Amino acid sequence: MTDVTREPHSLYDRLEPLLASVARPIQYVGGEVNSIRKDWADAEVRWVLMYPDTYAVGQPNQGLAILYEVLNEQDWILAERSFAVWPDLAELLSAHRLPQFTLENHRPVGAFDLLGVSLSTELGYTNLLAALDLAGIPLHAADRTGDHPIVIVGGHGAVNPEPIADFIDAAVLGDGEEAVLAVSRVLRAWKAAGRPGGRDGLLERLAITAGCYVPRFYDVGYLPDGRIEAVRPNRPGIPARVEKYTLQDLDDWPYPKAPLVPLAETVHERYSVEIFRGCTQGCRFCQAGMVTRPVRERSIDTIGRMVEAGLAATGLEEVGLLSLSSADHSEIGSIARELADRYAGTNVSLSLPSTRVDAFNVELAEELARNGRRAGLTFAPEGGSERLRRVINKGVTEEDLLQTVATAFTGGWRSVKLYFMCGLPTETDEDVVAIADLAARVIEAGRRATGQRDIHCTVSIGAFVPKPHTPFQWAGQADIETIDRRLRLLRDRVRADRRYGRAIGVRYSDGRPGVIEGLLARGDRRLGPVIEAAFRAGARFDGWSEHFDLDRWLAAAESGLAGTGVDVAWYTTRERGWDEVLPWDHLDLGLDRNWLWDDWQAALAEDATADCRWHGCYDCGVCTSLGTRTEVGPTGRHLLPPAAAPGPA
Amino acid sequence: MESKRRQPTQQPPPVQWLALRYCKRGRARFTSHQDFGRAFERALRRADVPMAYSSGFSPHPRISYANASATGAATEADYLEIGLAERREPAAVAAALTAALPDGLAVLEAVESTGRGLGERLTASHWWIDLAGADREASAGAVAAFLAADRVWVERLTKNGVRRFDAREPVLRLEAEEGGLALWLAHRVPLVRPDDVVQALAAVESAFVPEVPALYTRLAQGVWRDGRVIGPFEDAAADPSPAAS
Repeated sequence: MTDVTREPHSLYDRLEPLLASVARPIQYVGGEVNSIRKDWADAEVRWVLMYPDTYAVGQPNQGLAILYEVLNEQDWILAERSFAVWPDLAELLSAHRLPQFTLENHRPVGAFDLLGVSLSTELGYTNLLAALDLAGIPLHAADRTGDHPIVIVGGHGAVNPEPIADFIDAAVLGDGEEAVLAVSRVLRAWKAAGRPGGRDGLLERLAITAGCYVPRFYDVGYLPDGRIEAVRPNRPGIPARVEKYTLQDLDDWPYPKAPLVPLAETVHERYSVEIFRGCTQGCRFCQAGMVTRPVRERSIDTIGRMVEAGLAATGLEEVGLLSLSSADHSEIGSIARELADRYAGTNVSLSLPSTRVDAFNVELAEELARNGRRAGLTFAPEGGSERLRRVINKGVTEEDLLQTVATAFTGGWRSVKLYFMCGLPTETDEDVVAIADLAARVIEAGRRATGQRDIHCTVSIGAFVPKPHTPFQWAGQADIETIDRRLRLLRDRVRADRRYGRAIGVRYSDGRPGVIEGLLARGDRRLGPVIEAAFRAGARFDGWSEHFDLDRWLAAAESGLAGTGVDVAWYTTRERGWDEVLPWDHLDLGLDRNWLWDDWQAALAEDATADCRWHGCYDCGVCTSLGTRTEVGPTGRHLLPPAAAPGPA
Repeated sequence: MESKRRQPTQQPPPVQWLALRYCKRGRARFTSHQDFGRAFERALRRADVPMAYSSGFSPHPRISYANASATGAATEADYLEIGLAERREPAAVAAALTAALPDGLAVLEAVESTGRGLGERLTASHWWIDLAGADREASAGAVAAFLAADRVWVERLTKNGVRRFDAREPVLRLEAEEGGLALWLAHRVPLVRPDDVVQALAAVESAFVPEVPALYTRLAQGVWRDGRVIGPFEDAAADPSPAAS
C-alpha cells in the first residue's frame, strides 16, 4: 500500500459534551445495529457517504443503504456515513472548531479520499455547501488540493449538476452500485501509481475510465440572448457526452441485505426491497420514471430471500416492496399473496407504494392488509380533467377512478387519498376546479357503494416543477400567482359544495419552494453564485418549511445573476424551443432528444404514449443507445419456502 | 351493500411476566425513551422472544416501563416488564436480548414477576454525577450549604413553560467525592432530577461552576431503607405480591 494518509483521531470525546445541549443527540452517535466500523489502516480507498439532510430523512434512503454495503463488502474499501447537522449543533461545532464528522468512527470528513453525496432534490444544494464548509473543504472545486477529498454526487438530484458545477469535482449518472466500485478501482490504481498528475490526473482518470462527469473539463459558451451556445470538452480524451450507468440484473445485486437499524426515529422504519427499477408508464412530468429506464424486475425468489434475511438481520416488522409503481411488477400478484401467506399470523406487515388507479391495486392492498393492519389507499390521477390527464399521459378516465374507489369502499375502506398536481402544461383554471367535481363524485360513488355517509376523500395537491430529461423539460413553469389563484378557486368550489364539501379535505404544499426548485432543476452554471449567495445569507435545510425563505433566495438570485442578462423568470416560466441547447444535453440518460421532443408535442396534441412493456417499443432511445434491455417476467417461479415454515393456517 | 368492516381479534393474556433491569451506557445514554422503546421492540423480535400482544386494531407487544431515565443520562438500573405468550427461562431471555440490542444497551437481570406494582417499588434512586475538573473543595462547600438549607428553588423549562420547584426536599443524601457527587434522591411529583440538584448547588455556592457539562449515571433504583437504595430484585420481602404460577 502506498497510502500514507495519517489515521485521523476520533472527534467523539470533543463532540460528546456538546451533545447534552442539542435536539435528538442520538442521531450523532452512531453505533447502530448493522453499522460497520473498519480499521483506517486496512483500507486503500476511503469513502464518506453523505445525504445532505438530517439523519431522520437520510438514513432510510435506499441508495445510501445499498452503496454502504456494496463498498464495505470490499476488504480494501471503507465507507462511513455523514448527515447534515441540525443548526443547533452546527453552531456549536463552529464555535468549538470541530468539523463535519462521520458516524462510524467520528472522523473528520476532510480526511477521507472521497465524499460521495446522494442528491434527491435540488433543495439539498445549500446543505451540501454547509457540509463542505463545516468539513473545511474549499467550496470551490478549483480551490481544492491533493489534501482534500474528491466531492462526487449522484442520485436523481444530480442528473443536471450544472448549477453546482463549481462545488463538485464529479457526478455519476444512473445506478450507483457498479459506479462506486469503478470509481474506487480508479482511485486505488492512481494511488498505487504514485498519484500521477495530482488531483487533475485523478479526475481525468475518473472521467475517461470510470465514466464520471467532471464539470471542469467542459466549457460552456453563451449566446448574446443568454441561451447556451455550446458545451464542449476542454481537454483531449474527455468524452463529448457522458452516459449513465445501468445495472442490468438486479438479482445479481441483492442489496441492502442487512440495512442498519437506527436508534433514532427516522421517516421510514421498514425493511425495503426494490422489486424493480425503472418505469415506462410514461408519465410526462415524472423525472424518476424517465431517468431510470429500462424496467428491470427483481425475480420473485430473490425478493422472497431478501425479505426473509432482511427481517432476520434487522428485527424490523414492516416490509416495503419498493419501486416507482409496484403494482406493475409482472408477478406482483404472486409476490403479494405468497408473502402474505408466509407471514400470516405474525406481526410482520407488508406495504407497497402504488397509486395506480385500478381495481387490481385495491385487490393487492386487500391481500397485504390480511394481517389486520390496513394502510390508507392513495390514487394519483394527477390531473383534474380527462383532457389534462391526456396531456400528462396519465390515461385514467373518470370511470376508471370511480370504479376503483367503489371497489375500495366496498372492500371496507372509508377514506381515500387522491394526488394531483397544479401548474401542469396547458392547464386552465377549469382543469383545477374539476378536481372538486371529481372528488364529489368519488364521495357519491362511495356512499352509493356502501349505503353509508361516513365516506371521506383527501385531495392532496403539489405544485408541478418541470424537470430535465423529461418531455416537459421545454415547458414554461406556472408562476406562483397562477398556482395560488387556481388553488383558491378549488378551495372555494369545495367549500361551496353543500352535499359533499364536508367529506372532502384539501391539502396542498406551499408553492414557494417550487420556484427555487424549478430555478435550480433547469439551471446552468450561472446559478453557482446564486446558490453560494443563498448559502452565505444563511440558507440551510431548504426542504424544510420552517427554514425555507423565498425572499432570501430571490435576493441571492438578484445579486448572483447580476450582469448575466437572465433572471429567475428566464429559468422558470420561459418555454424553451427545439433548437435551444439545454444545460444537460451533454448528459446522456439514454433518452433520445427527438423522442422527448415528439412526446412533448404529443402532450400538446393530447395524444397518448402507451407503456412499452405491454404495447411495444416506441423508441425512447434508452435500450438502443445504452445496450440495455427491459427485464420483466413472469418467471413462473415462487417464493422459496422459509427455512422453518409454520404450517398452513 | 353490506359493509365488510372487521372487528379486531382478541389476544390471549400473557402466560408469564418478566421484570427486567437494563442499562444505557456510553453513547447509548443519548437514546431518548422512545428511541430505547423502538430498539427494545426490535431486539425482542430479533431475539425471538414470544411476546404477548395487546388486543385492538393495532396490537402492541405487552411492555410496561417504569421511571425511564432522561435523554443524556446513563443508567445501570432502569426497569421494565414484558408479558410473554409462552413461558421462557428469564436468564435466557436476558442474554438473548442483550445480544440483540445495540452497543451500550443491555438487559442485566430478569426475574419472573406479576406485571403489576413494579413502579411502587421504585421510589428512590442512587446517582453518580461525574464532574470532571470540578474543584473538590467548592463541591464540598456547595453540598454543605445545600444540605443546610430548608428549600433551594430551581427553575426548569418544561413543555408547559418554566416551572419553579424545590430541589432540596427530595434529596435523601448527598456527598462530594473525588471527581463528582454521590446523590440519593427520592422520586416525587414533580420529579426532581439530578441536573436540578446540580443547578441548585450552583445557586447556593457561586464557586461551584462545573467546567464541562456533568455526566449523570443512575446506579440503583428501588426503595430507600437503612441509608441505601434497595433494588426490587434484591429484596424479596419488599415485594408485596410474589410471582404467581
